[in-house]
Amino acid sequence: MIVAANVFILVMTICAINSLFLLREVGQFLISSIQSKVDISVYFKLDTPEEDILKAKDDIAAVPEVKEISYVSREEALKSFTERHKDEPVLIESLDELGSNPFLPSLNIQAFEASQYQAVSEFLSSANFSPMVEKVDYFQRKPVIERIYYLTSNLNKAGIVFSFILVFVAIAIAFTTIRLAIYNSREEIKVQKLVGASNWFIRGPFIIEGAISGFIAALISFLFFFLVCWLLSPKLEFLFPDFHLFKFFMENYPMIILIQLLSGIGLGVISSFIAIRRYLRV
Amino acid sequence: MLKFQNISKTYPPNTVALDNVTFEVKEKEFVSIVGKSGSGKTTLIKLLLAEEKPTNGRIFFDNQDIQKISSSKLPELRRKIGAVFQDYKLLPNKTVYENIAYAMEVIGASDKEVKRDVAEVLSIVGLTDKINNFPAQLSGGEKQRVAIARALIHRPEVILADEPTGNLDPYHTLEIIRLLTKINELGTTVVLSTHNKEVINYVRKRVITLQEGRIVRDEEGGRFIL
Repeated sequence: MIVAANVFILVMTICAINSLFLLREVGQFLISSIQSKVDISVYFKLDTPEEDILKAKDDIAAVPEVKEISYVSREEALKSFTERHKDEPVLIESLDELGSNPFLPSLNIQAFEASQYQAVSEFLSSANFSPMVEKVDYFQRKPVIERIYYLTSNLNKAGIVFSFILVFVAIAIAFTTIRLAIYNSREEIKVQKLVGASNWFIRGPFIIEGAISGFIAALISFLFFFLVCWLLSPKLEFLFPDFHLFKFFMENYPMIILIQLLSGIGLGVISSFIAIRRYLRV
Repeated sequence: MLKFQNISKTYPPNTVALDNVTFEVKEKEFVSIVGKSGSGKTTLIKLLLAEEKPTNGRIFFDNQDIQKISSSKLPELRRKIGAVFQDYKLLPNKTVYENIAYAMEVIGASDKEVKRDVAEVLSIVGLTDKINNFPAQLSGGEKQRVAIARALIHRPEVILADEPTGNLDPYHTLEIIRLLTKINELGTTVVLSTHNKEVINYVRKRVITLQEGRIVRDEEGGRFIL
């Protein structure tokens, strides 16, 4: 019974440690996917001549933080809008009713990192072409980026704290299991000492017992992760079409196995060791 | 070979088990330690096996200070000392053969050596026909003979017997003592602790008498006097 509890808590701990690893990957993926989606759009006034916009484009491209810049003309903007909303007749109809192209020419700017958008937007507001600019729509997205940062870093912190607590509980329970095992074989240990068994001959079985429960827990955790990734993957793909959790699992399973085995066996052996130090006097 | 130098042992808070005990055991000697319960006999044995440390004084085994042996070297000391106890300390779920073989397995002896040596010690103690019995299927005297066989398996320099006849009837007591004297005649030092009058009077060898942790008498060919 206590052995089952021991394996169970080890499984939980291994899963928590492993989730940290997965969470980091997921967080990185989310940030990079949002970062690549986040851009600054600079809308120019309706009557701005194209060559002025192209000149401004060259100016902006010279800013070191800028990774990519593209020009979207009024016609292109209209075309992509109708393309995107071709199944929504109400929108198309109202556009037709307008009679003219309502879209502004714009420059689409991507920076290398989310933190660099501040510098880019500062450049934009001080640039000599700023009188021609109708609006810059970076500030609307800034909170989203910051929220993702905040969320992932906090999740990570919470995960680390949670894992630490679990590690502590797991060591305590595994420790009790081994202590009980030592207590149950106290007669045999006495006889072993009596006949001159070396210290490691007496200690070895308990260390191995810890390692075995860690190993079993690692196997269960792996199976558990496999199932979770497999079941959750389609649902996550629905939310983030580019994120394939199961594929990620399949690509990284040697790493995942390694982390699970190391944490499982490590925890088992460490707690056995503590129990032996305290309760097995040789 | 065995030397106790001014040994005192006090159990906290203030139980004095041994008080300034000094004696020496020579090679191939047969020494009986007598005394009432609580006179310090068992403590002496525990100190020799380095199970406990003396409060004061030093114990030498083969001119080696037992307290100075590191814990990783203690098993080697214990292999040179065969110990026999009143409660046999046999493993109930192992047969006679396995109980004795176990003592060899812990030092990594090969199966062939184990088979040969176990058969040999079992013939010394006369239990060859009980080789596959479990301890529960043996009489007290037989159990003690198994324990003696196990103590002999490492060819120890000394056998420590702590009240080996404490649980036995007079017939089996005699049988065990005969066995111990036989082992002694074969060249092994024997230290026997007992409070049994017949045993001492039968052995007629050196007797050390303990009383309240002190040696009150130490004489060759001694008799049981308390």
